[in-house]
Amino acid sequence: MRRELVIVGGGPAGMAAALAARAAGVRDVLLLERDSCLGGILNQCIHPGFGLHYFKQELTGPEYAGRFADLVRQDPGIEVSLNSFVSKLDGSLELSYLRPGALVDVKAGAVILATGCRERTREMITIPGMRPAGVFPAGLAQKMVNIEGWLPGTEAVIAGSGDIGLIMARRLTLEGVKVKAVVEIKPEPSGLARNVAQCLDDFGIPLYLRHRISFIHGADRVSKVTVSRVAENGSDEPGSSFDIACDTVLVSVGLIPENELLEMAGGAVDRRNNTPVSAGVNLTSVPGLFACGNAFKVYDLADSVTADSALAGRLAAEYLGASPSPEEPV
Amino acid sequence: MKRVITCISCPKGCRLEIEADGKAFVSVSGNKCPRGAEYARRETEAPLRVLTTCVLTRGLDIKMLPVRTSGPIPLERLAEAAAAVRRLTVTTPVKAGAVVAADLLGLGVDLVACRRAGKP
Ligand code: SF4
Repeated sequence: MRRELVIVGGGPAGMAAALAARAAGVRDVLLLERDSCLGGILNQCIHPGFGLHYFKQELTGPEYAGRFADLVRQDPGIEVSLNSFVSKLDGSLELSYLRPGALVDVKAGAVILATGCRERTREMITIPGMRPAGVFPAGLAQKMVNIEGWLPGTEAVIAGSGDIGLIMARRLTLEGVKVKAVVEIKPEPSGLARNVAQCLDDFGIPLYLRHRISFIHGADRVSKVTVSRVAENGSDEPGSSFDIACDTVLVSVGLIPENELLEMAGGAVDRRNNTPVSAGVNLTSVPGLFACGNAFKVYDLADSVTADSALAGRLAAEYLGASPSPEEPV
Repeated sequence: MKRVITCISCPKGCRLEIEADGKAFVSVSGNKCPRGAEYARRETEAPLRVLTTCVLTRGLDIKMLPVRTSGPIPLERLAEAAAAVRRLTVTTPVKAGAVVAADLLGLGVDLVACRRAGKP
């Protein structure tokens, strides 16, 4: 099957790219989403803080996603295929995707990767200790609580002060979990100052800067963590260690772009941060293959993802030789 | 008395230096826009927050329905309001923006659905 433009990922980046490509004259857009609904990570980001730039109004993640999903669904030129997972992509833009009951092969005129990112894990920052249950990436815990409806534990310590960790400190507190501390190795919190204020200060949750979890204890389940102050030279300050009893540790230490498909297509990826090697915003080293949103670089704000991803839609339209009004060529 | 807080009204997160006499607001500096001044006054007199949380559903296509209060509520009642929401269950389809519970805890705000939930 031939398709003009295929977009992989139906989160804020993929939706913005699809709408912008249509506005720029692309007639046929296939939007592939592996989940059962559009919206991507925004569906689990139930807190407010989205849309201040784009809509001049403070929305929650699901509300922000819903506005774009409505526009996408109303557009007859965008076919949305849910539960669709791309398993193969090559440099000539031939791809295969699995959807319930079928494996579909497509030859695309252009492809935009809007595959987002995944979380760094405990292993990537090496927290010493045992390997008990109860250690979760913060974003996974967010999905458990906000989408699946279970709580990860009863008493939690959060390693790292990324925005997701801060948001989860408040979220767990509101669900009745006792959040005992957020531990950050750097001298400054890594999330937004407003999240420190409204997620930690509002609830009296202590933030230990220049500290790290130096040991996770527990046989089957986490029983406590040891926290130590980190000296200038990076080692633990002698005598600074103390224990915090908890059954849960959330790890919030940043995100890495997900670019397996780009690699599969022969595109160059910068190993340091897993971003595409690129001559400009949203470009990859493969002609006709674009990347946008968190797959291109990790963004702080969904509003910026929307703005930059619209550019990817326009770049793809230009590559395809589309023009917004075919009757009156510009 | 001087107090330094972070404005949460937008992602810039300005550091607000507030001059206040107990709960009586006197002045503020450090705000990059007028919303910051308004926030500083409110934060001194009676801090307010919008509650966002989830409601359990039964028989619908999503398990947890994200919800928010239609307006801000007193910060000190946030935990109580979240606990009240934990006791609710939604069993009929709702549209985004639909009222899930009217006048939550008598606070004068409604609990509103942030996305649709339908039959599976
Ligand atoms: S003072 Fe204005 S610019 Fe600064 S954080 Fe508050 S709302 Fe944003």
